[in-house]
Amino acid sequence: MSRLWRWLIPLAVLPVLALLAYGFRANPRDIPSPLVGRPAPAFALATLDGAPLSLEAHRGKVVVVNFWASWCDPACYEEAPVLERSWRAYRERGVVVIGVDIQDKREAAEKFVRDFGLSFPNAQDVKGTISVDYGVYGVPETFFVDRQGRIRVKHVGAVTDDVFRATVDRLLAEAATP
Amino acid sequence: MTAELGFGMTVVALVLAVYGGAAAGIGARTGRATLVESAQHAALGVFVLITACFALLTYAFLTFDFSVRYVATNTNLGTPFYYRITGVWGALEGSIILWSWMLAFYTVIVVLRHRATARELYPWALATMLGILAFFLLVMTVAAPPFQRQMPVPADGRGLNPLLEDTGMITHPVALYLGFTGCTVPFAFAMAALITGRVGDAWLTLTRRWAIVAWYFLSLGLLIGGWWSYHVLGWGGYWAWDPVENAAFMPWLTGTAFLHSVMIQERRRMLKLWNISLVILTFSLTLFGTFLTRSGVIASVHSFTQGAIGILFLSFLALVLLTALGLVAWRWEALRSQGDLDSVVSRESAFLLNNVLLVAAAFTVFFGTVFPLLSEAVRGVKVSVGAPFFNQVNVPLFLSLIFLMGVGPLIAWRRASLDNLARNFLWPVVLGVVAAAAAFFLGVRSLLAAVAFATAAFVLATIVLDFGRATRARLRVGESLLPAMGGLVRRHNRRYGGLVVHLGILIIALGVTGSQAWSVQTEMTLRPGEAAELAGYRVRFDGLTAVEESNHFKVIGAFTVSNGRTLGVLRPAKKFYPQEQSPIAYVDYRLGLKEDIYLVLGDFARDGQQATVKLQVNRLVSWIWIGGAVLTLGALLAILPDRRAAA
Repeated sequence: MSRLWRWLIPLAVLPVLALLAYGFRANPRDIPSPLVGRPAPAFALATLDGAPLSLEAHRGKVVVVNFWASWCDPACYEEAPVLERSWRAYRERGVVVIGVDIQDKREAAEKFVRDFGLSFPNAQDVKGTISVDYGVYGVPETFFVDRQGRIRVKHVGAVTDDVFRATVDRLLAEAATP
Repeated sequence: MTAELGFGMTVVALVLAVYGGAAAGIGARTGRATLVESAQHAALGVFVLITACFALLTYAFLTFDFSVRYVATNTNLGTPFYYRITGVWGALEGSIILWSWMLAFYTVIVVLRHRATARELYPWALATMLGILAFFLLVMTVAAPPFQRQMPVPADGRGLNPLLEDTGMITHPVALYLGFTGCTVPFAFAMAALITGRVGDAWLTLTRRWAIVAWYFLSLGLLIGGWWSYHVLGWGGYWAWDPVENAAFMPWLTGTAFLHSVMIQERRRMLKLWNISLVILTFSLTLFGTFLTRSGVIASVHSFTQGAIGILFLSFLALVLLTALGLVAWRWEALRSQGDLDSVVSRESAFLLNNVLLVAAAFTVFFGTVFPLLSEAVRGVKVSVGAPFFNQVNVPLFLSLIFLMGVGPLIAWRRASLDNLARNFLWPVVLGVVAAAAAFFLGVRSLLAAVAFATAAFVLATIVLDFGRATRARLRVGESLLPAMGGLVRRHNRRYGGLVVHLGILIIALGVTGSQAWSVQTEMTLRPGEAAELAGYRVRFDGLTAVEESNHFKVIGAFTVSNGRTLGVLRPAKKFYPQEQSPIAYVDYRLGLKEDIYLVLGDFARDGQQATVKLQVNRLVSWIWIGGAVLTLGALLAILPDRRAAA
């Protein structure tokens, strides 16, 4: 007996380890956005090419508003090709992708758009008011807006192909049967 | 090219460390000295390679090599030279390189110091250290590689976290990591002792000085961290019980316990099991600290977050704990105590009590730190545990510990007689009571502060009494005063080094008590020419100016401070970094022995016609830093070679 019980000593640490492992499931920074379900705040900007860009103009379409910055690495660098790819795949079906560059230098932002060959409209939020309206906490954050102009999903961190496809497909499907 | 070269060297270092660890282990087991020798060469190779990696990364920072992703993330063209160097370890990947480099450095020192003197234990200790080093190199290779290519190469980088643009950043992580990695050496020798079954005093004697070095650097790291928090973060405090602070504090607590319990084993052959356990616990807590700060499991003001690394660290922590405790179970019989406690009133029991209190403090800190996780796991509720919990539980523990600091060094071993107690403690107790009464008459109405002062006076009296008595004995044999005191300290450097450290802790405790009990603050919105008043100080708002710096924009407020006569102009500021959402406060202050004046600029009107300022008068805070200097002196004294043993 006394020879066996001492082997229980190492086992005593297992509950602590299990608790710490549980920590991977929870995200301490995961605070739900109060904006989900609310109308998306309107904005009117000029794209980096100088064209006018407003949310209002795309009412009735599914709009993906992506907040990014050229210094946001690696997440923005990971998702840029994903957004471009998805936009090309979905634009025919009435989906709009809008990139909003925040807290950035214009040249750096232009280089970013050039390097990734981004063809969807990208604009700089020069005054920073739009990121405040959307409650952007860090970059990248992406808001999925439905055809009624309401924010339906807020995605924090890089958007993946799966997230884009699943969310947009869902919004496209439900809007088809109003 | 830089990225590929660096990554290549990391991989080679990893292979060498794995080989070296295995060679040292097999060499120790089979008694083949050539294998151990080969492992030594591997250790040296690892050190050289990590040094080269570190140099390469620094070079990439200095030359703005944005093709390396880590450089692009943590610096930009505006980052000043100094912060391009500290930026090397300003984030996760670089901090792991720094860590590995120090670990490799310690490994080489272990090779140089112990290869000839500790033939049985040394090969296993070397194997353990190389194994741990291999783990960190694995992290550097797969989970947090500092050398990763950035495609496409950005025109400019993101820039360092502005809070890290501070001179403390060159010393704080370095000191803290020297402490953390230093804990590896006693752990490695403890493992060697368990594996070989030589659990006697040999490993303790070998690692005593290592333990003090590690403990000292941990203390220094904590103090510099406090200083950084105080003069950078702008909330006027130096300690917030943030998870990351706790992570560094827990191994300090158990390490402190170990430094004391060692003495009982040396004297009385007791507590072998306890000492081994403390070393295992301390080392595990350093790993836990790294896990906590790098896994993103618990939210904290200054944690690095990254996904895969957490799982790697947790697995390694599990491996370390299960192996080490498994070895303890295996050597259970040998670890049993040979001595017995003779009396409750003895130095042994004072030390034991000290250990119990320190470990209890470590446990409460641990509990408070992981409680949010526990609550979410069990009840699904997000909670946060704040300073009130930690203070309430720990203040009585620390007061008792300070009291024991007076008792422990003087009370007799084995069994203290009434005579011994009276001889050593009568006057200190009287002095303590007098101090409490004096504090009361001077207007101290906080019970806690009064108790703290009484305890401090008591401890101070025991230190003076002890030193005075020993000096007098030497005077009696004809020495003159100064040589007598100097000789005493030199010959019994370990004892007096310890007492000086106690003195340092005492001074820090006074600073903490004073600042908690008597600091005052106010917040006011002023127009130019208007003044705020607090505790006899008058702070007049003179106006705002704006400055463009290389990597940020800065709005500076000018405030003239006077207390009857003009003391000077303080210029707190707000710094706006393009990559940060909110501005960073820049605190201005005037330090003093009695009190600091501390100004933080709040909101202001764009036209400069109005500004909000937070004004604090923080009492006795400077004594915390002075205590740190005293503690440094004591630690230095304690690690000097022991004259008595040599003679």
